[in-house]
Amino acid sequence: MIKRCVIGASIAALLSILPAAAEPLRVKFGVLRQQHSSETLSILDLPAEDDTLAGALIGVADNNTTGRFTGQSYEAIDAKLASGEDAVAAAQKLVDEGAIAIIADLPADDLLHVADALKSRDALLFNVSATDDRLREDDCRANVVHVAPTRSMLTDGLAQYLVWKQWRRWLLVKGSHPRDELLAAAYRASAKKFGAKIVDERVYVDTEGGRRSDSGSVQTQRLIPPLTQGAPAYDVLIAADESEVFGNYLPYRTWDPRPVAGSAGLAPMSWDAAHEQWGAAQLQNRFRKEFRRGMNARDHQAWVAARMIGEAATRASSADPKELAAFLTGPDFSIAAFKGVRLSVRPWNRQLRQPILLSDGRMTVSVSPQEGFLHQTSELDTLGVDKPETKCRLK
Amino acid sequence: MNMTLTNNFRARLLLPFTGEGGPTKWGRMRALEKTVPNGPASVAHSRDTFSREREKGRAFRMFAAAAVFLSAPAHAFTAYVGNEKGNTITVIDTDKLEAVKTVKVGRRPRGIELSKDNSELYVCAGDDDTIQVLDTKTLKITGNLPSGPDPELMILSPDGRTVFVSNENDNLVTMIDAKTKRQIGDVPVGVEPEGMAVSPDGRILVNTSETTNMAHLIDTQTKQIIANVLVDARPRFAAFKPDASELWVSSEIGGTVAVIDPKSHAVTQKIRFEIPGLSKEAIQPIGISFTNDGKRAFVALGPANRVAVIDTATKKIEKYLLVGQRVWHLAFTPDEKYLLTANGVSNDVSVIDVASLKVVKSIPVGAFPWGIAVATK
Repeated sequence: MIKRCVIGASIAALLSILPAAAEPLRVKFGVLRQQHSSETLSILDLPAEDDTLAGALIGVADNNTTGRFTGQSYEAIDAKLASGEDAVAAAQKLVDEGAIAIIADLPADDLLHVADALKSRDALLFNVSATDDRLREDDCRANVVHVAPTRSMLTDGLAQYLVWKQWRRWLLVKGSHPRDELLAAAYRASAKKFGAKIVDERVYVDTEGGRRSDSGSVQTQRLIPPLTQGAPAYDVLIAADESEVFGNYLPYRTWDPRPVAGSAGLAPMSWDAAHEQWGAAQLQNRFRKEFRRGMNARDHQAWVAARMIGEAATRASSADPKELAAFLTGPDFSIAAFKGVRLSVRPWNRQLRQPILLSDGRMTVSVSPQEGFLHQTSELDTLGVDKPETKCRLK
Repeated sequence: MNMTLTNNFRARLLLPFTGEGGPTKWGRMRALEKTVPNGPASVAHSRDTFSREREKGRAFRMFAAAAVFLSAPAHAFTAYVGNEKGNTITVIDTDKLEAVKTVKVGRRPRGIELSKDNSELYVCAGDDDTIQVLDTKTLKITGNLPSGPDPELMILSPDGRTVFVSNENDNLVTMIDAKTKRQIGDVPVGVEPEGMAVSPDGRILVNTSETTNMAHLIDTQTKQIIANVLVDARPRFAAFKPDASELWVSSEIGGTVAVIDPKSHAVTQKIRFEIPGLSKEAIQPIGISFTNDGKRAFVALGPANRVAVIDTATKKIEKYLLVGQRVWHLAFTPDEKYLLTANGVSNDVSVIDVASLKVVKSIPVGAFPWGIAVATK
């Protein structure tokens, strides 16, 4: 069963203090989201019930505040998928209900199925969670705008900082699942791109079983030192653990006293609840006041997507998905997202250019691109696959 | 020498300077700083060691600064600089071109204005949710203005009777009677209001909202919005040309300055900036100051570390002046001999000689200078 409710109309009503004279332009979009795993290593990372949706709703409220001056109103329709439920049918239903865009928090394969199913329909997809590079390369689609950064953007962001720190020798410890290997491959490519060296690779095999027990840290404390023992001299340990099996076990437990980065320790991300530079504190405050929790990367990406829909509809004075897409990928589009610089869309694969935050979960340690990594058009394009290397042919 | 300090030169630049009222957490680092033999002023001057162009600029500035002292002294005015992270106001003597006093104020001081008779200084202390009033003679805090939460920027009506404040957190512009220090009204505006301007006749108040990307034109009599003008992303500052014929709005993230006709409410022109060697993302216009005759405008370009000089008739950029890092707001001395710039990251104020369009000095101030105001006498 799809849990479905219409949200946003009430917020719109509250905010429409100054009714516009003309008939308002109504913009409706869907939020199609998966149930995220509660098998997280830290209890602090357990996904909230309104994960992703909450960010979209702040975006709806922001758009409606603007809308009361421009005569536009925005509304989000929530569609949270139950386990095993068909994403394509849910997406079709959202479009049937009048959604001109869908903010999609879906795994890569589901996202592709939805994109292909909606090809003949007027609706634009915003990918706010899948980091797979292939979605922007061999498997790119013209009706998908990627707000989430790619794995390669994230690993390049971290690599630039480590190289700037002169921590060039990396010990790579990866998980045993396919997506851990994809992440490890991204780190290998980043090391090559920016002149770091992976001195050794180790695999942490997932033996399955529960993430936590009452016996706690005793076993982990004895397990991690031998895993990292006897490594060639290295500066920093890189964890490639997208499956959340071991990453957070590494800090303070390695054989050699070395910092950990990647899936634990200093982590590259598009957003973090601790980020407050460039006015971000204001967005964090709005979010916390409304939802009584911190804003995570998916929430922020959904907020950016909702704001992109709002910006495009405002500037183009239209709710036609084709016009919105043309504006978003055009030279005039830029959006402020509390990350210090304007974000824009790479026209060749519809990926949002963006800085990558490096956070330890308590503080924003640094933000990439780092100074000195130059580019002929935008320094943001030093992160991830650039135009000359792209395999994307938009269809 | 200084074994206790990092050898990373850039990291050293980030240490707070001695004698400023930074957060108490920095206390220990400040104590260490005293062991640096070269002292804080030399650190502030030798920032940007990585830019050759910068080196030339510095050499020139030192030379030019010497020249300034040889020429006839300007009238001594007093400039007040709000240090966002230092929680202080630095007082600058514009004759000596140096900081003469540091005053502790509330948390996160940003917007800063003087009453028309120069007797009072108003400081937006954003994290204390208030505007503090300082007596400019004693530099003591004498009271508060009842702003809403998180005041950021404000402007006085031309008659000096009303203070208009943007409150970032609750999407309001608040109006305060400067004499009675009471709120006399508020106007709901877009998301995250910031920039404030008032027309020379006092009739139109302008507020910019950063996330809504609009300039809201408000009738000060009826307290109603009369127009909403869409501009580029994250508008942060607004200023009327002295003859009221144009309203300029800077968009930090959009990277443009919109020129608006205050009568038709249309954007008539957009000024764009291009600096060789800098990506367009680095060019982030913020503060705008017009000369009294309205012929020239100076626009602070944030992390581009430059101030653009614009011919207001042609809207052409005459020159880019290299100043300190992340330049926020600008203020002229009343004789328009100097334009002072608050440079957020390099912790200093650059002094621009307006006649020669040269940067002649940088004055070390507190941590993260943001707002700036100069007394007219």
